[in-house]
Amino acid sequence: MPQSQDTWSIGGHVHTSRLLVGTGKYRDFPTMQKALAASGAELVTVAVRRLDLSKKGAESLLEWIPKGMKLLPNTAACFTADEAIRTARLGRELGMGELVKLEVIGDRRTLFPDVEGLVQASKVLVKEGFTVLPYTNDDPVTAKKLEDAGCAAVMPLGAPIGSGLGIRNPYNIRIIMETVKVPVLVDAGVGTASDAALAMELGAVAVLMNTAIAEAKEPVLMAEAMRDAVSAGRKAFLAGRIPMKLHAAASSPMTGLIGT
Amino acid sequence: MQVRLNGEMREVPDGVTVAGLLVHLGVKAQRVAVEVNESVVTKDRYEKHALGPGDSVEIVAFVGGG
Repeated sequence: MPQSQDTWSIGGHVHTSRLLVGTGKYRDFPTMQKALAASGAELVTVAVRRLDLSKKGAESLLEWIPKGMKLLPNTAACFTADEAIRTARLGRELGMGELVKLEVIGDRRTLFPDVEGLVQASKVLVKEGFTVLPYTNDDPVTAKKLEDAGCAAVMPLGAPIGSGLGIRNPYNIRIIMETVKVPVLVDAGVGTASDAALAMELGAVAVLMNTAIAEAKEPVLMAEAMRDAVSAGRKAFLAGRIPMKLHAAASSPMTGLIGT
Repeated sequence: MQVRLNGEMREVPDGVTVAGLLVHLGVKAQRVAVEVNESVVTKDRYEKHALGPGDSVEIVAFVGGG
């Protein structure tokens, strides 16, 4: 299948790239801009924060996001459903779009989601017309509740945000994909290209990452590696991997050998 | 009058509108979103929405995030 035909959609928008990238933690805006372009991403996450009123005319992040990329505002660092709802509304007002990456965080050390608050906030935002993409635990039961709440996708974590630990529970990710009909995106935990490829090989619709690219020694090169890994993992998933076997299965004929 | 602006008490002109406040602060309206007393004020209401003493105002923008 030509890659241009292998699309997915969210909130009525069709996407070709299956890599979503964040805009945090870059050493400077020019590096971020080059990395975003190299990633080939079509959706980029942004955070909503108080404007620093002491810095007049500070550079705007938006000027450094390549044209044509669609913004996905998040509710990062919100610890209650109410905070997340207010932040989502402000993000919509800023971005003029309905998409929101919904985060309701339950624990400062691990940044694991508060799934109860997440479901609550999802219900409210869906009613208000948002296209809700919740960042959630790798828990199939919660994923189902989020789908039932009307979320447009579910985004289970591979590992804690920024940890780079990779896909810690691939079996749960697979069970989530069996459990829900909405697209499953793996969000958070990716450390290197093979993690992104694995997420796609499991059948994820897309992968979202930030730190793995932004904090790599060479962010632009890593962005390119991630683009390739997501593409390779997706192709491997579509191609269908061979089953694992305990013993060898020879690739060359075992007959016709000389000296027999 | 005093309002709570991004968490800090600030003196602003009496009865200033949201539009007037942004001008007063030197903030470009198209780059920010504004919330007054926990409700978003949409851009089309900036000119009409007058602030009252003690109002809680949040002015936000997009920053880098994951």
